Amino acid sequence: MATIIKDKANVTLTENGLFPSSEVMLDLKNLKKVYPTPKGDYVVLEDLNLQIKKEEFVTIIGHSGCGKTTMLSMIAGLNPISGGNISVLSKHIKGPGPDRGVIFQAPSLMPWMTALQNVLLGVNQVFPDATKKQRNDIAKYYLQKVGLEDSFNKRASDLSQGMQQRVGIARAFAIKPKVLLLDEPFGMLDSLTRGELQDILIEIWNKEKITAVMITHDVDEAIFLADRVVMMTSGPKAKIGDVLNIDFERPRTRKSVLEHDDYYKYRKHLIDFLEH
Amino acid sequence: MKQSITLGKVTKFMGLGFLSTLKDLFTGKLEKEDFINFLRKVVVPLASVLLFIGLWHMGSQSLYNIEAEFKIEKALNDQGPAAAEAMRECIASGDVSCKPNTLPSPAQVWDSYKSLLRDHNIISADKAAFIEKTAALNEKRIAEGKDAITYTGRPSFVDQIFRSLKTVFAGFLLALVIAVPLGIFIGLSPTLKSSFNWFIQIFKPVSPVVWYLLVFMIVKTLLIDSNEDSSFTISFISVGLCSMWATLVNTAMGVSSVDKDYINVAKVLKLGPFQKIFKVVLPSSLPLIFTGLKITLSVAWMVLIAIELLAQSPGLGLFVWEEFQNGANDSNAKIIVAMFVIGIIGFLLDRLMLTIQNWVSFDKTDAI
Ligand SMILES: Nc1ncnc2c1ncn2[C@@H]1O[C@H](COP(=O)(O)OP(=O)(O)OP(=O)(O)O)[C@@H](O)[C@H]1O
Ligand SMILES: [Mg+2]
Repeated sequence: MATIIKDKANVTLTENGLFPSSEVMLDLKNLKKVYPTPKGDYVVLEDLNLQIKKEEFVTIIGHSGCGKTTMLSMIAGLNPISGGNISVLSKHIKGPGPDRGVIFQAPSLMPWMTALQNVLLGVNQVFPDATKKQRNDIAKYYLQKVGLEDSFNKRASDLSQGMQQRVGIARAFAIKPKVLLLDEPFGMLDSLTRGELQDILIEIWNKEKITAVMITHDVDEAIFLADRVVMMTSGPKAKIGDVLNIDFERPRTRKSVLEHDDYYKYRKHLIDFLEH
Repeated sequence: MKQSITLGKVTKFMGLGFLSTLKDLFTGKLEKEDFINFLRKVVVPLASVLLFIGLWHMGSQSLYNIEAEFKIEKALNDQGPAAAEAMRECIASGDVSCKPNTLPSPAQVWDSYKSLLRDHNIISADKAAFIEKTAALNEKRIAEGKDAITYTGRPSFVDQIFRSLKTVFAGFLLALVIAVPLGIFIGLSPTLKSSFNWFIQIFKPVSPVVWYLLVFMIVKTLLIDSNEDSSFTISFISVGLCSMWATLVNTAMGVSSVDKDYINVAKVLKLGPFQKIFKVVLPSSLPLIFTGLKITLSVAWMVLIAIELLAQSPGLGLFVWEEFQNGANDSNAKIIVAMFVIGIIGFLLDRLMLTIQNWVSFDKTDAI
């Protein structure tokens, strides 16, 4: 029987440094990704190991081109795995599926559909046995949550970038995935809108506690949202370089985080890693 | 938020924006700043029409003179000075027997247009009278199980236009029904795409005449037992086959180039093939499909004339051909009338497609 030890950050670990499997939602083991190129194989990721617990919010930072998107799209099942494996609740993934919701960098809404229809597209698929009214209610509930109660019937193409990404958030939560994957979802927005959407995201997340993995380039965003910040080394053959536990209480407010004594310590840690 | 639909919006939507400028002019709503706009949108196009008619008039005049000179010269060489003088007088008097046969002037074309309309009115009246006269008899014949007597008189010019439109729409529908589904299949599967490619590349450039002959060979054999007139069938099938390629290629291209993000969304949501096609792939390729359909319709209209002529199928093409063969004194002018009618209808068909395209398309900037 494995002896359970406690590390500084109050996280329960088995003695080989892994979480007990009952707590693990997402498990990447010896993950490898090779892109064939005209100049020979390019090994983006090698021996990448990462465990993410249930109800955990993990942000991922790393230099541009290190392979963050590659890793996330492999988890989503949209990009084939070259070696190792990925499992959700101890089951190896096979291709994409609605148990892993994705919020893409571009909102990726169907521009010919209304906001409601876009959310319903997923809801109808995931809850085929619900009545029409129930499905409508689910979609409307999440659109309300992201502040779009007045825009149910607006075409996606008529919405601003920020509003489109709100629909993207609603669509992802509405299908009640086990894992939520976010690839720089706010990267294309101005900083004001970005702040608003971070608040909306964290508010819904506080309620739903869906295990989340989010890539970001923004150190402050990484700290504000995460339970842990995962730092990836630069490629080729990128792996996990360092992990930082963020011990702020939830629910958090931006103000309380910024005023916290540890905030600058965390920030310095991340920036040191990136400038290294 | 209810949007009112005004004349201005509708005409602008159809690409006929100048109409609303005209309306503003007559209702006195035109502001001073709009004056330049008015010049550009109304005066300049109008001036270009007048210039065109002027040039045409002068051109036809000089062609007329060349032809007349030649006739007189010929009479002089063949029969001597007296005959030449007689010819000169005959031409000057405008007599039909010696009228130089060349490009008609705008005025002649206008006259022919009016005479074609008159002719149409006479024929319609005749037809109406015939139907009235035979109505009672036909009822009796039908009651007795015999075929009704139908009007078999000569079709008027306007009747020919409607027959051409009928043929072109039948051909267009055929093209749509073949090319869109086929294009979707080809676009969805890279294997099908590469295996169909030779087929498309080879058949796309084939001329309307050859299509007609091909369809003729096949349909003639298929309908060998029926003594019905197959010219309509042959011509609309030829028109369809001739014009469907733009739609086929555009549909395949639209379907195979759907934004990768949309496909990823479909994959993550695990949409079934049916849902994927109807909810994602088709709507997103609709602008390209419509561009294809627009080209198809204009090609169909263009080749129709040649095919009707070959197939001896009633319509504008046959009208033009018969006038040309017939060589009556106003035949040339009638051919030019047909030319304008063909051109204007082609333009209107194009506008119609553009309007539908704007209607269904989610991306309003895409329409060309
Ligand atoms: N389909 C592909 N074929 C070949 N090489 C690829 C492919 N996709 C990505 N790469 C390469 O793999 C590396 C990692 O790309 P990836 O998009 O995962 O980086 P990233 O960390 O998400 O970068 P960014 O922060 O800029 O988004 C890059 O060097 C990229 O050029
Ligand atoms: Mg990326």
